[in-house]
Amino acid sequence: MRADVLSLTPQGLRCEAGGFHIDPWRPVARAVITHGHADHARPGHGAYLCTPEAAPVLRHRLGDVRIETLEYGLATGIGATRVSLHPAGHVPGSAQVRVESQGAVWVVSGDYKLQDDGLTAPFEPVRCDTFVSECTFGLPVFTWPAQQAVMAEIRAWVEAAAAEGRTPVIAAYSLGKAQRLIAGLADLAPIRTHGAIEATTAVMRAQGLPLPPTEPVTDPKAQRGRLVLAPPAALGSGWLRRFGPVATASASGWMRLRGIRRRRGVERGFVISDHADWPGLNAAIAATGAGTVFVTHGYTGVFRRWLEAQGYDAHILATEFADDDAEEEHDG
Amino acid sequence: MRRFAELFAALDGTTRTGEKVAALAAFFRTAPEPDRVWTIALLSGRRPRRAITATRLREWAAERAGIPLWLFEDAYPVVGDLAETISLVLPPPTQDTQRSLSGWMAELARLGTLEEPARKAAVLDAWDRLAGAERFLFNKLITGGFRMGVSQALMTRALAQATGRDEAELAHRLMGDWDPASTGFAALVLTQDPAADRARPYPFFLAHALDDGPDALGPPADWMAEWKWDGIRAQLIRRGADWHLWSRGAELITERFPDLRPAAMALPPGTVLDGELLAWEGDAPLPFAALQRRIGRRSVPRKLLAEAPAALLAYDLLEWAGADLRARPLSERRQLMEDALASGDRIRPSPALRFDDWAGLAARRQAARTVGAEGLMLKRRAGLYRAGRKRGDWWKWKLDPYSVDAVMIYAQSGHGRRANLFTDFTFAVWEGEALVPFTKAYSGLTDAEFREISAWVRKHTLERFGPVRRVVPELVFEVAFEGIQPSSRHKAGLALRFPRMLRWRRDKPAAEADRIETLRALLSRG
Repeated sequence: MRADVLSLTPQGLRCEAGGFHIDPWRPVARAVITHGHADHARPGHGAYLCTPEAAPVLRHRLGDVRIETLEYGLATGIGATRVSLHPAGHVPGSAQVRVESQGAVWVVSGDYKLQDDGLTAPFEPVRCDTFVSECTFGLPVFTWPAQQAVMAEIRAWVEAAAAEGRTPVIAAYSLGKAQRLIAGLADLAPIRTHGAIEATTAVMRAQGLPLPPTEPVTDPKAQRGRLVLAPPAALGSGWLRRFGPVATASASGWMRLRGIRRRRGVERGFVISDHADWPGLNAAIAATGAGTVFVTHGYTGVFRRWLEAQGYDAHILATEFADDDAEEEHDG
Repeated sequence: MRRFAELFAALDGTTRTGEKVAALAAFFRTAPEPDRVWTIALLSGRRPRRAITATRLREWAAERAGIPLWLFEDAYPVVGDLAETISLVLPPPTQDTQRSLSGWMAELARLGTLEEPARKAAVLDAWDRLAGAERFLFNKLITGGFRMGVSQALMTRALAQATGRDEAELAHRLMGDWDPASTGFAALVLTQDPAADRARPYPFFLAHALDDGPDALGPPADWMAEWKWDGIRAQLIRRGADWHLWSRGAELITERFPDLRPAAMALPPGTVLDGELLAWEGDAPLPFAALQRRIGRRSVPRKLLAEAPAALLAYDLLEWAGADLRARPLSERRQLMEDALASGDRIRPSPALRFDDWAGLAARRQAARTVGAEGLMLKRRAGLYRAGRKRGDWWKWKLDPYSVDAVMIYAQSGHGRRANLFTDFTFAVWEGEALVPFTKAYSGLTDAEFREISAWVRKHTLERFGPVRRVVPELVFEVAFEGIQPSSRHKAGLALRFPRMLRWRRDKPAAEADRIETLRALLSRG
């Protein structure tokens, strides 16, 4: 990366003029955080800056750390720069970071999606010269169906599983995806939850998000046939076996691919993602008006080449958010 | 097609055998009859011929999706399946269709007769009418690579459930050379047709592997032993005025073995033999590679007939004088067979091995490679000839494979369930100071190991060639194989039979991997 507004350091993406990092992966003095997922909000920084909506989850996950908040759309001066946060649509409270320094405007997308999930402030394009975009799903095979349609599929599946005397269990990331399902399937409330999901949901409910009541699983065998949400890791564990007969599913953008669904050993995949799909990435990038684009975590090599063919000055930013073409570590 | 796509989704969404059988049985009860026949055909390996090359399909799909071909090619290894990649990149359909599975199969047959522009138009039209699983299945059928994760045995069981017919009888009826386009469900499954029966083979009886040695099998006198030949399991049918040769994959291969015809026609009508096809010279089989040269082709040039003459080493007699012998004990079938066949002929009994006790037989087994066999078969003398892989009466007792410790030098991602994981590796051994590649292998490790190795590969890539990565030569694996032959086509000058990974040698540094001399020494023993 050139000696520009942002540059890559061993700690992460750094703004020299402002003296801060954005989503750094090693401890720094001052971190601007896009959202609370573990690969973006790491422990050990001297000070954290995020939106007020993201702060409760950060506090829940990181403990007693120094957090300042900044409302969406309000600019603040940090060092010689102006910094503002803008809705990214990824999970409640998630932000894009706009940094203006000596007349140049850079925007770091963090993770984002264009679909309105009904719970998260929708993505807002921010005009900039240089856009740092994630591209987790930066291949043309990834296109998302409408959320309504997927919720209808889930309801039909839950009903069929219950009719067979099985308990339907969906693997969903505990921050974001789980609450999206809880809100989108309000008619199935109270949905039963794994402890990790219940804890995050309680934090988000307490900050005023419209989340229907949920019920933490205490006796797995009780209420056979009612929908259960669990983090992906719980699906391969002894925890699941205590439910008796189950029907398993995963809710993730990766479920678009049959091979990945089969490898994860779930019977059903629901294509619902908190990241932008292929048309979404392209639309978002175009809407920034940026001439230069840095792509990060996802199919960066392919996506960079595609952007270059579309006339962008495109580069790869080798972040440590997730690996090159690995889907394993990164939530979909 | 919608009904068929629902069946596919039901089968694809479960690993429980009972649920698969139930879904299939329901389909066989309620689907339109031509669709039932096509489903039986597809699930018994009767795939349609590929109507269009994969190259054309990629080009048309990329063009229709409005993406450059390179982008399609880069997405393909991530998806791991061509038919699926195509169905995912295409825009949603704008038209509808009510066409059934059999209707689409007729359309596929028609495609094969069209000129390319008309063919392309027809494919684009199909893509514009089908969505989701239906579009994926259409692509699977058009690329000729159709599989559904259901074995023929499971399909037969479901058909038996749906029709109330006997499973073994159904298995027999479904064998042979019938055309799903012109065969009715009733004729195939329900009514008797003597003409069609004449070429029909019996379902093969398959052995289980004997993992712990024969001691638990009881008195040696209850068993017969013979060599386990490394050829092609086949069934020879001599009925009426004809003869037919079937491979175990239910493929009719009569035309490819004209040199067996005189001996076959010399058998009395009403004879069926189960045996092993081998390339055979004098008293011993030629390497499998010699036979392989004959299977790939429809007609066999005279030169090849002379270089790789075929023989059928008969294991069993299933029909004699027109009577089905499968319910008679092996000892009786075997005796009749030995009386019927001459030992020096192109069709000859596979010799029974004499032995007094298990220790003596174990010693014979060790000598299997010297006669060109890959181990022993043990068969209960009182056993019947059953259908499919059944435990108890037939055991294969193979030799331990050869193995060497080799260094991984290239890695490539797998397909289907293993797309996105590096599972296909190229291995090398040392020749002086250099590593010489000698084989590829892609099975034998657990998914957890493949995941760990995939993460390693991503961090240790030296160079990329499309989906292939050259990696730091550091990881050592024990590679097992069944046989080894000289080969001018391979850099190391040798070719392996059934190579696979036995284990990951985390304890061994690359410098301690085997040398090419080790492989060459095995070569001389063949």
